[in-house]
Amino acid sequence: MTVYLDHAATTPILPEAAAAMTARLGSVGNPNSLHASGRAARRVVEESRETVARALGCRPGEVVFTSGGTESDNLALKGLFWARQAEDPRRTRIISTTVEHHAVLDALDWLAGRGVDVVLTPVDRLGRVDLHALRDAIESDPDSVALVSVMWANNEVGTVQPIADVVALAHAHGIPVHTDAVQAVGQVPVDFAASGVDAMTLTGHKIGGPYGVGALLLRREVQLTPLQHGGGQERDVRSGTIDAPAIAGFATACELAVKHQPELAVRLAGLRDRLVRKVQGVVPDAAYNGDPVSDVDHRLPGNAHLTFPGCEGDSLLMLLDARGIECSTGSACNAGVPQPSHVLLAMGCDDEQARASLRFSLGHTSTEDDIFALVAAIGPVVERARAAGLTSRSTGRDPA
Amino acid sequence: MRVLAAMSGGVDSAVAAARAAEAGHEVTGIHLALSRNPKSYRTGARGCCTIEDANDARRAADVIGIPFYVWDMSEQFHEAVVEDFLAEYAGGRTPNPCLRCNEKIKFAAVLDRGLALGFDAVATGHYAQLRTGRDGLIEMHRAVDAGKDQSYVLGVLTQEQLAHSLFPLGDSPKAQVREEAARRGLQVAEKPDSHDICFISDGDTGGWLGEKLSDVNRGGAIVDSSGEVLGSHEGSWRYTIGQRKGLRIGTPADDGRPRYVLDIEPVSGTVTVGPREALAVSGLDCIRPLWCGTAPTGPLECTVQLRAHGEEHRAVVVPADSGFTVTLRDLASGIAPGQACVVYDGTRVVGSGTIASTSRG
Repeated sequence: MTVYLDHAATTPILPEAAAAMTARLGSVGNPNSLHASGRAARRVVEESRETVARALGCRPGEVVFTSGGTESDNLALKGLFWARQAEDPRRTRIISTTVEHHAVLDALDWLAGRGVDVVLTPVDRLGRVDLHALRDAIESDPDSVALVSVMWANNEVGTVQPIADVVALAHAHGIPVHTDAVQAVGQVPVDFAASGVDAMTLTGHKIGGPYGVGALLLRREVQLTPLQHGGGQERDVRSGTIDAPAIAGFATACELAVKHQPELAVRLAGLRDRLVRKVQGVVPDAAYNGDPVSDVDHRLPGNAHLTFPGCEGDSLLMLLDARGIECSTGSACNAGVPQPSHVLLAMGCDDEQARASLRFSLGHTSTEDDIFALVAAIGPVVERARAAGLTSRSTGRDPA
Repeated sequence: MRVLAAMSGGVDSAVAAARAAEAGHEVTGIHLALSRNPKSYRTGARGCCTIEDANDARRAADVIGIPFYVWDMSEQFHEAVVEDFLAEYAGGRTPNPCLRCNEKIKFAAVLDRGLALGFDAVATGHYAQLRTGRDGLIEMHRAVDAGKDQSYVLGVLTQEQLAHSLFPLGDSPKAQVREEAARRGLQVAEKPDSHDICFISDGDTGGWLGEKLSDVNRGGAIVDSSGEVLGSHEGSWRYTIGQRKGLRIGTPADDGRPRYVLDIEPVSGTVTVGPREALAVSGLDCIRPLWCGTAPTGPLECTVQLRAHGEEHRAVVVPADSGFTVTLRDLASGIAPGQACVVYDGTRVVGSGTIASTSRG
């Protein structure tokens, strides 16, 4: 019996989404074909577009379907930057934060290697963007800023960013804002129009939809340089044959995730708070990372991120895995070698603390039993990992 | 037993893991990330240092049906193996990093972490055999496949380490291991064996050392036994005792015969060359003794092996204060300080030491 506590990596597909997707899989029809089969497929795509728009507070024309979060982030950052710079060559800067997902950070790094001035705003100990630093970065030379990109909520520690404040600071100078809302949808309230952002990244498999599909919500008046060239299927900014079955599943998941968000958030926050309290009951020195305030304005309700001093996260993960409990160290792999999380380092943790951390993330299938199983296992697991952690600090035996 | 199978991504460690699992052990595969900046793809036939090797190991674990993780041992490896390798060369010695890795990483850092995590043993694809002797101690013997025997690079393991080791391939010829890999559906069945030093990706040890040691040793004189200067060089790490090629000495020897490196003096950087017969070694002083079982207390009639895949020499080993001395009954040639002297009693590994000095003649 698997105890799945890694919903932030991917969450089980909702039966309704799987049904909507499979209903289309057997049907022929390219949504861009002009005949009846094409029109039938196109109808599914456009109904899906309307469903997504309704769920997330945008207009259907503002939904650009993509292959998922990474593509949407790359499209937004590079596409917006190039379009804005083409408009005014003085726009050479992009302002973002130190705790973004690698789909943002690595895209920015790539741009930085091509002469773009990338400014990464620091965060506080809870992972919240430093708004003073953000304002200073913008106001030092507002005309040079092509765009601002700040994630809605952090994938590792669950901190919800003050997006309204970010938008106010940027829009005061007419600078567009992109946000990666991949982790936020379905966990906290997300409304595209009300938020004021100009571009928003979404993905299917984090909200109960299929893999390999997502969207970039893009305000109508925003120009964007395409990255992929071809048939121009999606608003002339994203080419490639439209994946109607996946889009049908994605739209269904969006609709249900947003519909059930309020009650899910309450249930998950309750489970999460008990998880943290009970784990700390067994391991008193386990530190709770991120924003301790439990509400949806501060923290993703499904996120519990803990540091277990003296342990290697890798050891903890392996020992829990052996007991059927699945979670994440939250850290990215650099060329196959696990690296200490850049998010925790940015929040002021040292290397050792960063390596001693685990992310438990809850979702729509999580239950009280999952918490019991984790709490029953965590004591002996931490004890073991601590013993192993001590051995790994020295290089084996002393020379004879 | 709960067994940690160290999987390099090669065929040997994959079959070793499969055999351990088939023998009824609860096996977990681990790949050791030893390089700080691993490359994506292998170049040439060097194993275990690229993402491709890690992926090969992961696929093998999938096929065997065991859990698999990558363990980052790059810091420990750098400290214990790479830095030691550089320091040894800088000191004019010729180290064997594979022995060092077995002693400090695979059967130390990895084993210790594994034991602490609740594992009972580490299994590797090394070709060597373990048996329990009459005295109840674990004995390590040469592998059945003499061409693949790797007991030499395991000669640094102590009784405690051997008690937590498994070498499932020791009784099999290599060809049989490849056949078995194919039969088990392991994609690595045809993967070439790894050679050379895993952390020097292009195989150019001299060039690599030159880059790393450029501040330590910038060059010196090449002299003959009488002290006459025959030429100069750009770094003594380029030379190893017994080396003949690449000396680049303009003038030929008086008798016209080839010259070999006889000695390297690291402080002055002086490299001494001379005729082949001057390389003959009749005795060794060894330090850092490591005994697989009971340490010898008096003179021991035995054989010694002085380099990986090298020949055996009949010898007498006598324990000394900080190690042991070796009197060679069969002269050896081109023996460099820093190399390991592994002591055998028949096929059994008695122990090993690091060669500190040699006596010629």
